[in-house]
Amino acid sequence: MMSFQPKHLKQLVILSGKGGTGKTSLTAALAHLTAKSSIKCVLVDADVDAANLALVTGANPLERHNFISSKLAWIDPEKCAICNECYEVCRYNAIQKPVENFNSYKVIDLLCEGCASCFYSCPELAVKMFEQQDGQWFYSSSTYGPLFHAELFPAAENSGKLVTLIRQQAVRLAENDHAYPLIIIDGPPGIGCPVIASSTGVDLALLVAEPGVAGSHDLERISKTLDHFRIPKVLCINKSDIYPGGTKKIRKFAVENQITIVGEIPFDISIPQAMTMAEPVTEFSPRSPSAVALHRLWVNLQQKLFGAET
Amino acid sequence: MIKIAVASGKGGTGKTMVATSLAEALAPDHKIQLLDCDVEAPNAYLFLTPTIVDIKPAVIHIPVIDYDQCILCSQCVEICEFNALAMVGEKIEVFEQLCHGCGSCSIHCPAQAISETPRKIGDIKFGSFNDDRPIIFGELTASEPMATPIIRQLKATMRSDVEVTILDSPPGSSCPVVTTLHDADYVILVTEPTPFGLHDLRQMVGVLEETNTPAGVIINRDGIGDKTMETYLENKPYPILMRIPYQEKIARGLASGILLLDIIPNYRSAFLDMFLAITADLVRIK
Repeated sequence: MMSFQPKHLKQLVILSGKGGTGKTSLTAALAHLTAKSSIKCVLVDADVDAANLALVTGANPLERHNFISSKLAWIDPEKCAICNECYEVCRYNAIQKPVENFNSYKVIDLLCEGCASCFYSCPELAVKMFEQQDGQWFYSSSTYGPLFHAELFPAAENSGKLVTLIRQQAVRLAENDHAYPLIIIDGPPGIGCPVIASSTGVDLALLVAEPGVAGSHDLERISKTLDHFRIPKVLCINKSDIYPGGTKKIRKFAVENQITIVGEIPFDISIPQAMTMAEPVTEFSPRSPSAVALHRLWVNLQQKLFGAET
Repeated sequence: MIKIAVASGKGGTGKTMVATSLAEALAPDHKIQLLDCDVEAPNAYLFLTPTIVDIKPAVIHIPVIDYDQCILCSQCVEICEFNALAMVGEKIEVFEQLCHGCGSCSIHCPAQAISETPRKIGDIKFGSFNDDRPIIFGELTASEPMATPIIRQLKATMRSDVEVTILDSPPGSSCPVVTTLHDADYVILVTEPTPFGLHDLRQMVGVLEETNTPAGVIINRDGIGDKTMETYLENKPYPILMRIPYQEKIARGLASGILLLDIIPNYRSAFLDMFLAITADLVRIK
């Protein structure tokens, strides 16, 4: 095992495009392996829609904060003059016309974007904008280091902002305490806003792809997204043995796009078993094929992240 | 028309697998359409291999400032809730990627100096599968942040002359998901019996409790994980519609782009039975 103290704080994000390729299981294993090495890390769960990293890292919340971000419009039925102005300006179909027994226009909360166009349009000043609590975020201690995670409330907005917020908290902690040279970010699926918020300014993205038509397709899309933002990336193939044709295709894609493959993890029932026992697979079953592959992956990743500095 | 959405909090639980096999099972005898609303990872077409008949740009209407008309009152900067406009030096600048296309700035500019122009953020593709069944899917352009406007446009192009609309939802439980689900008549929740699956299913149940939508659950990869999922569902009004065991044969078949009901033909009747159960449930509720 390498033992050195890197000079600068590095940020690593785990992404995949497609959901369910094993980002969180892999992040948990990396967290466990870093905790055993000389490189201590701060963890961030940026999948705020489906935040699962806390479940497998023995997280214990130390702080809980409200996340207040979006706004919702509300129409005062006492003041509403039924003039239709709000309905006309709303592009989100979030205004409901008066229905029987309710003689006022009404905002459909789930569709309201919080743009306030109705607020500025209402001649009767009947529209009010209210701040919403969209979720909460936590600073926790975990078995493998400090963890910043969050929970977006069901149907809430602004997941990108919440991701940015918890990443800033993690950076602040790591910069104040030089014992942490690395931040590991468990990313969300997809390629949109929360993914971009998870990856701006990171030093390296680790893409997790699984072989298959959907896996390849989504790998290409996330790869393109990262290229656009000039974020360096490496690749890992998960469940690499379930469909050899697909694995071959991913390898070919990696060669053509000059992406280093840092690991190939075979399908291994130990991974869901470890998850059920709330442990990283490297801890739960250190000799399992996936754990062995993850050890190798971590060695390669260290090289990529810190290699130039040693 | 019945709208059935296929959703899950966690990614990769098998939404597309379910949506495509349900569509294929219903296609011969029912007028159906499939809408793939997972515009960040649109994969349904990879399984249904439709003929693409039309492509339309998905756009957001962003402001254009007429600097001759602009009186630099900065009202637009103040009213923009998304910080997409800013006064930079002696000029109003537009930050395109932050714009939600609400139009508030152009509507409320006192000098009428703001017009709007469409900015392409993706594509909406129209195809047909199983002879003439429509599939419509959106594709967010790589590096564009906002999926929700595409989903909204996608749903606006939905055909109304069909019997059943199947919506393949994005993962998660935030705005793109709510936009997909808000007018659905029924939601099929696809999950896996693991702690992650359960945690994320709970999030989805939160969404459904807010929208009051009837739903049922498909347990995929049945056999991995544990029984806590079943215990949780015992006290919920969501019946288990189907169990799909973890089988290497299924995993390999799906990876190569084969529909579940072509990998294991028994699923054709299983999906038809499930559809009957759902429609019966909807009749009972009404």
